[in-house]
Amino acid sequence: MEFPVLTLLGLLPIIGAVVLCLPLKGAARPVGMAFAVATLLVGVWVTVLFVGGADLSQSAPWIKPIGATWSLGLDGMGLSMIMMTAVLTPVVLLAEWRTGEAARGRWTPQAFFALVLFLEGLSIFVFAATDVLLFYLFFEATLIPMYFLIGGYGGPKRAAAALKFLLYSLFGGLIMLAAVVGVWVVSGESGNPTFVLADLSKLVIDGPVGQWLFIGFMVAFAVKAPMVPVHTWLPDATEQATPGTSILLVGVLDKIGTFGMIRFCIGLFPEASAWATPVMVVLALISIIYGALAAIGAKDILRLIAYTSISHFGFMVLGIFAFTTQSLSGAMFYMLNHGFSTAALFLAAGFMISRRGSRLVADFGGVQKVAPVLAGVFLVSGLSGLALPGMSSFVSEFMVLAGTWSRAPWVAGVAALGMVLSAVYILSLYQKTMTGPPTEAASTHFTRDLTAVERFVMVPVIGVLLVFGFFPQPIVHLVEPVATASMQAAEQSDPAPQVEGVK
Amino acid sequence: MPFEFTMPEFRLIAPVLIVFGVACIGILIEALVPRQQRFVVQSTLACLSLVAALGATIVNWQAQSFQPVVNGVMMLDGPTYFMWTMLLLFTLFSLLLFGERQLGGGASAFAASAAAVPGSKLEADSSAARMEHTEIFPLALFALSGMLVFPAANDLLTMFVAIEVMSLPLYLMASMARRRRLLSQEAALKYFLLGSTSSAFFLFGVALVFGYAGSFAFADVAAAIHSPTAGHGLLVAGVGMLSVGVLFKVGAVPFHSWTPDVYQGSPTPVTGFMAVCTKIAAVGGLLRLFYVALGAARWDWQLLVAIVAVLTIVVGSVVAVVQTDIKRMLAYSSIAHGGFILTAVVGTYTSQTGLHEGYVGSVGAVMFYLAAYGFATLGAFAIVTLVRNAGGEATNLSAWAGLGRRSPVLAGLFGLFLLSFAGIPLTGGFIGKFSVFESAWEGGFWWLVVVAVVMSLVAAFFYMRVIVIMFFSEPAEGTQIGSASWLTWVPILVGAVATLVLGILPGGVLELAAGAAGFLR
Repeated sequence: MEFPVLTLLGLLPIIGAVVLCLPLKGAARPVGMAFAVATLLVGVWVTVLFVGGADLSQSAPWIKPIGATWSLGLDGMGLSMIMMTAVLTPVVLLAEWRTGEAARGRWTPQAFFALVLFLEGLSIFVFAATDVLLFYLFFEATLIPMYFLIGGYGGPKRAAAALKFLLYSLFGGLIMLAAVVGVWVVSGESGNPTFVLADLSKLVIDGPVGQWLFIGFMVAFAVKAPMVPVHTWLPDATEQATPGTSILLVGVLDKIGTFGMIRFCIGLFPEASAWATPVMVVLALISIIYGALAAIGAKDILRLIAYTSISHFGFMVLGIFAFTTQSLSGAMFYMLNHGFSTAALFLAAGFMISRRGSRLVADFGGVQKVAPVLAGVFLVSGLSGLALPGMSSFVSEFMVLAGTWSRAPWVAGVAALGMVLSAVYILSLYQKTMTGPPTEAASTHFTRDLTAVERFVMVPVIGVLLVFGFFPQPIVHLVEPVATASMQAAEQSDPAPQVEGVK
Repeated sequence: MPFEFTMPEFRLIAPVLIVFGVACIGILIEALVPRQQRFVVQSTLACLSLVAALGATIVNWQAQSFQPVVNGVMMLDGPTYFMWTMLLLFTLFSLLLFGERQLGGGASAFAASAAAVPGSKLEADSSAARMEHTEIFPLALFALSGMLVFPAANDLLTMFVAIEVMSLPLYLMASMARRRRLLSQEAALKYFLLGSTSSAFFLFGVALVFGYAGSFAFADVAAAIHSPTAGHGLLVAGVGMLSVGVLFKVGAVPFHSWTPDVYQGSPTPVTGFMAVCTKIAAVGGLLRLFYVALGAARWDWQLLVAIVAVLTIVVGSVVAVVQTDIKRMLAYSSIAHGGFILTAVVGTYTSQTGLHEGYVGSVGAVMFYLAAYGFATLGAFAIVTLVRNAGGEATNLSAWAGLGRRSPVLAGLFGLFLLSFAGIPLTGGFIGKFSVFESAWEGGFWWLVVVAVVMSLVAAFFYMRVIVIMFFSEPAEGTQIGSASWLTWVPILVGAVATLVLGILPGGVLELAAGAAGFLR
């Protein structure tokens, strides 16, 4: 058997989290950081191996009596998600270096680092799992560290926000548990009870059974990827959590939703996915427009970013259920970009909020004059959020829209409205907080511009956005086979191309 | 029919004989050993007897001694051995908790003189004289011997005797709490009255089924169902009555009302013992009764038990939400767990109904669930004994506020047990829940799974509420963590490790349960 490099990749941060349970005093944070960086290096190694064409999948029996196996595997989408996680974790740790220092006793920086590392490990396993039960197990397990990250660190109402997050997610997760049991029963009826994705996708699960099971999975993923109408937990959670936690929540954990739609909903229930397309497309459009409108009306910067994410997730879901190779690839590319784009916004907003001590848009004004670098970073992050050409989010959003257009022009038209609205919420946010003469509060609170550490934190995030904005081909090539495979699984074919996308 | 005397298979029923024998010796010890040494002698002897019985069980199990014993009144098969192992192991941990005296400053959790009127001079005097009820150990062993016979019983009459043998000592044990004597005595009285009523129902059911089948033996009942000679109504009425008796012991709704009061009033170590061992024995007996004797009539009882399961899960989960006492909350949680277990019982997914060899079906799932539930429950109740204030154990939830700051380890361990109860992955509770749901669905009861899954969310809410109280509230005044000896810490730590192992690497135990799932008929 080959060296289980994927297991190592996921296990490394979890070991780090366990190590951090020891009383390490001052060494805790550097040790935690070392584990995060080591994970990133192993991730790079995995990427090199994967691009080199190595088969990294592994499979071992795990719980025989219920047919579960420890099987991990990679495809382009999984790799891009894993690498996003591996890059964002050290960034978050660095940005939140001082989180929890003021707290007495319980919620120490060491505990924060341990929770983040634990979450990273679980997320990596989620993106690598090719066994339905294994996926489910880690999918649910990620809730625990995230619950404590939200509940332990952040605003005054954080405990309630954490509980809301947990209950929404558990609701979706438990519905999915019923569907997972159902999948097992269906596979057992075919004579070979199994959870392995590759075997399951050979089964034809269609008809009402397939539709019900699809709904079971879809509910969980819709809660996770927050789609309207099950999105309300996200603004509350991000409002109370620290920006670093929000990055992991919105950037990484919520991606499991769209990731799961592609890998499990389409992979296991292609017929039901096609059946549900009209509903999903409409829900996606509602998410796009509603998220954008709510962002325009938001008074709290963190809530605003959360609503922009709901809008963006609408684009991803639209790309998935438009069922064209281009829109699917676009959606997967979007998942990656959105992680970095939101991270940049949350980080910049976090720097602003930590200086001003307030999250309200109205409490800022004229920051540009007193902290020009911060303002610049914030503008770039915002422009990425509104998908300005040159930023990678433009490429992915364009791919989604172009793919959708070839399927249903009016849908793409409505979605494009979301792009216009995104310019409104980002630019008006920038205008209200950054431009104009510095308010009194701004001049007293913004005594220093970005520190060296803060600038250093922003470099990889904005770097990724710019690099892939100008050179999107590597990622597109990475995810396109997954899109093609999903198209084949769903027995869909691209409509005769009228728009040649970015290829 | 002439009565043939056959020598009982002493080697095979050794576990029961050892436990019962040592319980009898325990009575002699009460009479013969000086008071100062009694506690140590009783507790040591009781624990040693459990270890010996456990050894005997494992040896016989290894030797694959699957056969009817004692003229066929008991059946030794896979489920029996699995249940026995669990019962002996969990009773051993319970007895460790019984033996804890460091927590109460040298006094055990049991009343100095249970017969004294609460608040009377006699009570104060006996307390000052440091009197102790060391009878608790033989009582526990008597109860255990009934519990051992109950899931192995192969005829209705043996089952009835076992139910009584296991219940009577429990009624006494419930009344022995050192603190809050009135509550404890109330609990004992309630338990006794309701328990005897349910026994009466059971006995009536025995009579009706005897009238239907003309025999007490499970095999004869099963045969009579195949080729009936009497009216079907007799059977249905009998099954209903029998169910009342057994479901009472399981704590299923609508026969659950004793559970919260008794769990709250009993001494906490006894509550742990009842919550785990009584449930294991009751579910074990229920399985054999329904699968072996009444398996052929399952169309008659499946829907009934399904409705009971739904009620149990709903009432247990919903009422638990408003509880303010940790022991009452755990009681309702235990009721809800009984409901989850019943979903698998309803599924009747066994090798007769298409279970693949080597995979886990109803019986295996239930046994695994009980193991996961047992470790977490005993650990949780052990922790309850540690959280104290001036008046003894602080069971009001408000006293648990901020426990995470005062003792992160203890709160973390309790959190782990709660997560397992809630069925969160990476704990034993999740695998248990998954397997029982799977068995229920395989049996065609997918709607039961959907109800159970939705109610799991409600259950998760109240477990998380305790976590919120422990970790996100300001510490309560006057609450301390008692300093306990290893006797309390062993069940807690073993419970925590087992909860994690059963959640992450459940393969071994699940295979054992799946392999031991076949009833001999």
